[in-house]
Amino acid sequence: MFRTAAILVFAACLLSAAACQRADPNAAGGVMTVAGSTSIQPFAEMLAEEFMAGHPEFNINIQGGGSSAGIRAAQNGAAQIGMSSRNLKEKEKGLHETAIASDGIAVIVHRDNPLRGLSRAEVAGIFAGDYKSWKEIGGEGGTIHFVAREEGSGTRGAFEEMVMGDREISLRALVQASNGAVREIIARDPASIGYISLGLVDDRVRALAVDGAEATRRQIMDGQYKLSRPFLFLSREEPTGTAKAFIDFIMGPRGQELLSSEGLIPGGQ
Amino acid sequence: MEKLIEKGLLVIAYSSIAILFIITFFIFKEGLPFIFREGLGTILGGVEWRPTKGEFGILPMVVGSLLVTGGALVIGVPLGLSCAVFLVEFSKPKVRRILKPAIELLAGIPSVVYGFLGVILLVPLIRVHLGGPGLSLLAGSIILGIMILPTIISISIDVLEAVPQSYREGSIALGATTTQTVSMVVLKAARSGIVTAVILGMGRAIGETMAVIMVTGNAVAFPGSILDSIRTLTSNIGIELAYASGDHQEALFATGVVLFVMIMVLNLVASMTRKKRIR
Repeated sequence: MFRTAAILVFAACLLSAAACQRADPNAAGGVMTVAGSTSIQPFAEMLAEEFMAGHPEFNINIQGGGSSAGIRAAQNGAAQIGMSSRNLKEKEKGLHETAIASDGIAVIVHRDNPLRGLSRAEVAGIFAGDYKSWKEIGGEGGTIHFVAREEGSGTRGAFEEMVMGDREISLRALVQASNGAVREIIARDPASIGYISLGLVDDRVRALAVDGAEATRRQIMDGQYKLSRPFLFLSREEPTGTAKAFIDFIMGPRGQELLSSEGLIPGGQ
Repeated sequence: MEKLIEKGLLVIAYSSIAILFIITFFIFKEGLPFIFREGLGTILGGVEWRPTKGEFGILPMVVGSLLVTGGALVIGVPLGLSCAVFLVEFSKPKVRRILKPAIELLAGIPSVVYGFLGVILLVPLIRVHLGGPGLSLLAGSIILGIMILPTIISISIDVLEAVPQSYREGSIALGATTTQTVSMVVLKAARSGIVTAVILGMGRAIGETMAVIMVTGNAVAFPGSILDSIRTLTSNIGIELAYASGDHQEALFATGVVLFVMIMVLNLVASMTRKKRIR
C-alpha cells in the first residue's frame, strides 16, 4: 500500500517535472527562430552566439531541417529567417534573399592519394559508377570506394546540380548522413573519394582540383573553381527588428570576418 | 484510497497501451496511403531507391535487413548457445554467478558505442585484410552478432536451467557421458526454448539502427559478396528522415510499415513457439 502510493507520487513528480520543462520560458520575450540548411547551421550557431554575447537582449534560436524545410519555414512564417544552401527554384522565388556567404564543395580523397585533379566529367563518371579502378583515371590503387551523401541532403543536391548534371549517382555509392562522417571515411580509407563543404576540409584529406582549378577560396572568388553554392538567409518580407539586427551583424565586418575565418567566402564579394 | 490508487494505476497501464496504439496508428496512417498509391508491388519489388526522383523500390533494403540479420545469427547463435551450455552444464556455480551478470551488462552498452568500436576497430581490419571498403555486410553481421549475444545467452541459460535434473541423471545412469547427455538429452528437451531465444535475438538484430548505419556503408544495392555495403530498412529511415519531405517522407513511413509487419510476424512466431513449450 505504502509502496504503491510512493510509486504514484514518484510518477506524479516525473510528470510535473516534464510539464515544467515544457513550460520553460525560453519562448518568452523577443525570441527569433532561424531554421533550415544543416550546412549553414553550425556557422549560424556560431554567429548567433557571438551576436548574443554583444546583445544580450536578443534571443536567437537556430534549428536545422534542411534547405527545403528552411525555404518552407520562411514562406509560411514558421521561422523569421529560413536558411538555404542552394539557389531558390523558380516556384520558390518571391522571398527576400540575403547571401551571407558562399561555400565551395570540395571533392576529397585520402591524404596519401597521389592524384591531384580530375575533370568534372571524370568526377561525375566516378560517382555514376563508370570507373571501377583508380588506374582507369590515372590514379594508383585498386577499387574506387565512392562516398555520397543521402537523398534529400543539400550538399548532395548541390553536387548533383553542379557535377552530375543529368547523370545519376550510382546506387552502389556508400552513403553517409553528414559531411563529418564522409570526411571520416575518406581520412581512413586510401581508396576512397567523396565530397564535402570546402570549409570542412582538414589536413587528413586532400581536396582535388576540378577542371584544372584548385579548390581554394581565391579560385572560387575568381570564378575559376565552379563548385560553389550560396548560403542564403530568407525572409518573407524585408527583415525588421531582431532579424534585421542579426543580418546586419552578419553582413558587417565582424560577421564576415568570422565566416571567412571558418573557411567560407564572404557574401559581399 | 485503495480504490483511487487502483484507478490511477489502471489509467497508467492503459495509457502505455494507448501510446502503442497511437504509434501504430500513426505509422500506418502516414505509410499506407503511399503504399496504396504507388502499389505494394512496385515498392516491395522495386530495386531503384531514388526518393527525390520518384523511384521508391525498397527490395535491396529488405534483402539487406534479412542478410545482416541472418549473418548476425550465424555468428551470435553458435557463440551464445555454447556459452549458455558451458555456463549451465560445465562451469562451477561460482563462475556462473560472476559471468552471467557480466554478460547481461553487455546488453546495457548503447548501440552507438558498438557502432563506434566497429568503425574504429573492425572496419579497418576488414578493409586491410579482406578488401573492399570495410563498411560491409560482414562488419554489420559481426557487430550485430555480438549485440544479440546477451539476449541469446540469458534466455538460453533460463531454458537450460528449466530442464529437469532427472533427465540428466537418467541419461548418466544409462551410461552416457556428460557431453552426450548435453547434446542428446538436454539440448533436445530445451529445443523450443532455444528457438525462442534465437527469434528474440533476431528481433533485436533486425530492429537495430545506429550501429548498423555506422558500419554497413548504406549503399542501396544488392551486395555481390559479404564485403559489399548494404542498407537495412532501419538505416534507410535513420539516414534520410532528417531532410525528407513530401513523397520522400511518406516513402520512409512506408519503409516503417514494412519493417513493422516483419517484426510483428517475428514476434508472433516467437510467442507461438513459447506457448507450445509451456504446453
